[in-house]
Amino acid sequence: MNAVETISIFEKWWLEIEPMVQANTLNFWQFLYKEIYLNVIKDDRWLQYLKGMGVTLQVSLYAILVGLMLGTLLAILRLPQIQTMSAKGRGFFPNLGVFLVKCLSKLAGGYINIMRGTPLLLQVLIINFGIFGSIRIDKVIVGVIACGLNSAAYVAEIVRGGIMSVEKGQTEAGRSLGLSGVRTMFFIILPQAAKSALPAMCNEFISLIKETSILSYIALTELTKAGDYIRSRTYSAFTPYIVSGLLYLIVVLSLTWVIGKLERRLRNSDH
Amino acid sequence: MTTDIIISVKGLQKHFDDGKLKALQGVDAEIKRGEVVVVIGPSGSGKSTFLRCLNLLETPTKGTVSVEGVDITNPRVNINKHREKMGMVFQHFNLFPHMSILKNMTLAPMKLLKKTKAEAEEKAMGLLKRVGLADRANAYPSQLSGGQKQRIAIVRALCMEPQVMLFDEPTSALDPEMVGEVLDVMKQLALEGMTMVVVTHEMGFAREVADRVIFMDEGKIVEEGTPEQIFTNPQQQRTKDFLNKVL
Repeated sequence: MNAVETISIFEKWWLEIEPMVQANTLNFWQFLYKEIYLNVIKDDRWLQYLKGMGVTLQVSLYAILVGLMLGTLLAILRLPQIQTMSAKGRGFFPNLGVFLVKCLSKLAGGYINIMRGTPLLLQVLIINFGIFGSIRIDKVIVGVIACGLNSAAYVAEIVRGGIMSVEKGQTEAGRSLGLSGVRTMFFIILPQAAKSALPAMCNEFISLIKETSILSYIALTELTKAGDYIRSRTYSAFTPYIVSGLLYLIVVLSLTWVIGKLERRLRNSDH
Repeated sequence: MTTDIIISVKGLQKHFDDGKLKALQGVDAEIKRGEVVVVIGPSGSGKSTFLRCLNLLETPTKGTVSVEGVDITNPRVNINKHREKMGMVFQHFNLFPHMSILKNMTLAPMKLLKKTKAEAEEKAMGLLKRVGLADRANAYPSQLSGGQKQRIAIVRALCMEPQVMLFDEPTSALDPEMVGEVLDVMKQLALEGMTMVVVTHEMGFAREVADRVIFMDEGKIVEEGTPEQIFTNPQQQRTKDFLNKVL
């Protein structure tokens, strides 16, 4: 009696249809249950999806942060103000500073072109096998670096567009009060740029979350790889991927909802 | 301090597009402390460019601008320090839309004059009361009318306790019924002895408030004098033509 009691309802249903699986006489609902049982319930496989989703979320979050910070820096370096900057007649060190910043600006341009012009998969492979090939390092970190560096190039263009959409008069007002260029950028321009860049930024975050699936190539067990592992055990061609897909959808739709809310709040606060 | 000259401009030239457009072609001018100077002239005469060169929002191509004896066109001069002393009011107000009115006014004093939040807000509220907008302190710029925005822009500049106020066509973007409220604030400011340089098309204001009127055309000062001289007895033909058109 005890043995029967510890068996879950899912197991019981499974035992009921198991003979028919062999005989291949399942009706549609029984087939559906077989798929769910094998790919989600059996051996607590649902936990593997959740673990994979955890890894995907972790990589995405850190990659977004890396992308945002590096991308904003790249965007600022690519601004026309930087490219026409001059310290003529101010002595050696200011001139050296301007020279270095202009070099960085050129490098930033090259960086953006290369990162946007080559496939993410290639970048992931180079970073994993090339750069970290001989170092033992957590694949999550490799993933964060690869996706973050890639995303930075796209974020840079989005932020640059946002900054350029802020009227010139805002900069002039800030500067005429005596605020330095850096402070004007930080307190006046960037907050307004962030607002107008938000929809495009949301797009970029969504892309990034889904692009982390490429990390399954370097055997990082994120959400796609988790589904793939389960397929290799159960030989179900659809169900594991569909479960993974549904989980991606939940993540992306939640993010869309949060950003939509943020957008509405920003819209209410001004304009 | 017999001749206390606060701004001195010498041989000022400003070219745009690599010299294709010569906005200023050699301007000499002096602004004395406490003086209200109104700059008039047709559009494209260079009067706005002249004003914007005074705080180096435009970098002059040639010539010097000295503020309190310091040549601010010298690249070694810290222009930010000088801009703190020169408030500017723009045609399109340029309030910061993402900040409340109070924040608009306290940002620069807190960052630059190292005022505490309380000190900066006290000063701001005092100024808001003077222009009758104290009740809008927590509103955002988008919730204000054009005239209100421009009055806020003026007091935002005043929060930095400037020595000079520069006005770049402050009433040109306003609906006619709002021009008066802005000009009233400016008149009040002039009466309090503020040094002001005003680029405007408001001839009434020039006549009533200016100590000196400068008429500019084609990047040069054509004529200058008291409002009396310029408006009732202009010497130059171009001045006469212009005034005939606008008066």
